[in-house]
Amino acid sequence: MFAPKSWRDLPLGNVIPLPMTSLSYKTGNWRALRPELHKEKCIKCLMCWVHCPEPAIRRHEDDSVSIDYDFCKGCGICANVCPVHAIEMVMEG
Amino acid sequence: MRGRVIGLNGDRAVAYAVKQAKVDVISAYPITPQTIIVEALAEYVNNGELDAAFIPVESEHTALSAAVGASLAGARVFTATSSQGLALMWEILWIAAGLRTTIVMAMGNRALSPNINIHCSHDDAYAARETGWLQFFAENVQEAYDLTLMAFRISEDCRVLFPSIVNLDGFILTHSVERLNVLDDSDVDAFLPRKEPVNRIDPERPMTYGALDLFDWYMEHKRAQFEALESTRPVIKEIFEEYSELTGRRYTPVKAYNVEGADIVFVALGTAAGTLRHAARELAEQGKKLGVVSLTQYRPFPAEELRKILGEATVVGILDRSISFGSPAPQLFMDIATSMYYAKKRPLLFSVIYGLGGRDFTPQHVFELYKQAENILKTGEPPETSIWVGLREG
Repeated sequence: MFAPKSWRDLPLGNVIPLPMTSLSYKTGNWRALRPELHKEKCIKCLMCWVHCPEPAIRRHEDDSVSIDYDFCKGCGICANVCPVHAIEMVMEG
Repeated sequence: MRGRVIGLNGDRAVAYAVKQAKVDVISAYPITPQTIIVEALAEYVNNGELDAAFIPVESEHTALSAAVGASLAGARVFTATSSQGLALMWEILWIAAGLRTTIVMAMGNRALSPNINIHCSHDDAYAARETGWLQFFAENVQEAYDLTLMAFRISEDCRVLFPSIVNLDGFILTHSVERLNVLDDSDVDAFLPRKEPVNRIDPERPMTYGALDLFDWYMEHKRAQFEALESTRPVIKEIFEEYSELTGRRYTPVKAYNVEGADIVFVALGTAAGTLRHAARELAEQGKKLGVVSLTQYRPFPAEELRKILGEATVVGILDRSISFGSPAPQLFMDIATSMYYAKKRPLLFSVIYGLGGRDFTPQHVFELYKQAENILKTGEPPETSIWVGLREG
């Protein structure tokens, strides 16, 4: 377990003695606006999946999509490119 | 006496030390006045005298980036640069230090453009002062050789693990042939044993280097790095002492000459210290006393040693071979003024700018400055701005 308490506990070179730590760094908490998907409107065109820069749109077997809120930063590109307005940006909190 | 006496210019002396250090990787781009160093090393590698990977790169940015990678892979790494080359390396300087690489870099000190100048100023050394590297200044060719060897030992010490810059004045040292004593290869081997690298890049033991680090931990990481650099001071002193014993040439973070009982002391970096000591001897013949202080160790800054040495003086002239545009004073002056602010007894300080872009600095200039110092001693009022010496005032 790597859990430093203060600057005194930090490893040399400020390394993290583990790989792939970005997976546990939930950038989703940077989000101010949250995309909400209205599944009944979705036409499975996958425009949101193609355009998400993160990528935080998950594509499923049947081409339906869901949003990974652990990593979605709320940029709103998905809502912008959706041709049927199935994604709505709402204020967090 | 150990070793043997030969004649080399400063660049060739550094290259000779690097060859004796048996570096694994040289990653460098030529720039005057450092070029002879990498040319000499390329020869050594080409003719089989040095078994190293010589990486010819397309820029200094890449030279240092490749050096960082090689150092993290556990290699003994050398690079060299000057002036504009250092400027191009600048963002990687921080990374090399923060990731605790052990690169040794020689810097043939040269003025920054514009206008294009290839001669000595200390602009490049000062430009690297915030980046977390250890920095040393050579006063002569012997010191350039000795400090290069010591830099490898210091940087690779497990209590240090920071990269080092060895500064040598462009042309005045890089291109001047001087007599020097070089150690036998066996003595260098014994002085520079191979160390087990720390934080080595290893696919069997993956780690994350230089991760994203925001408001949550960045500040703690910087404090840890600051303290780590502070803690190198006694180790540097210890290695200086060990090398002094090996060679009979005495190394200390700060060099003091004729300072005991001296009212007036001048401080400088690099070759100017030799000029100051020569002038001090001539002044002594006229019954005048000038103390001379020079810094072998520039980063971490030897504030405590300077407080002890300069605390007894009345007037201290601080000579800078650079300008810090818009600052209240040039770089060495700011460091010393800050250090002396915390001294029990504060001498009067005055700032001197000299030798920019290779402008000659002669004993005659020292005599002029000594006269001004005598005047400050009398009036008790040092000038609030720098005195420019050797300038066409008009």
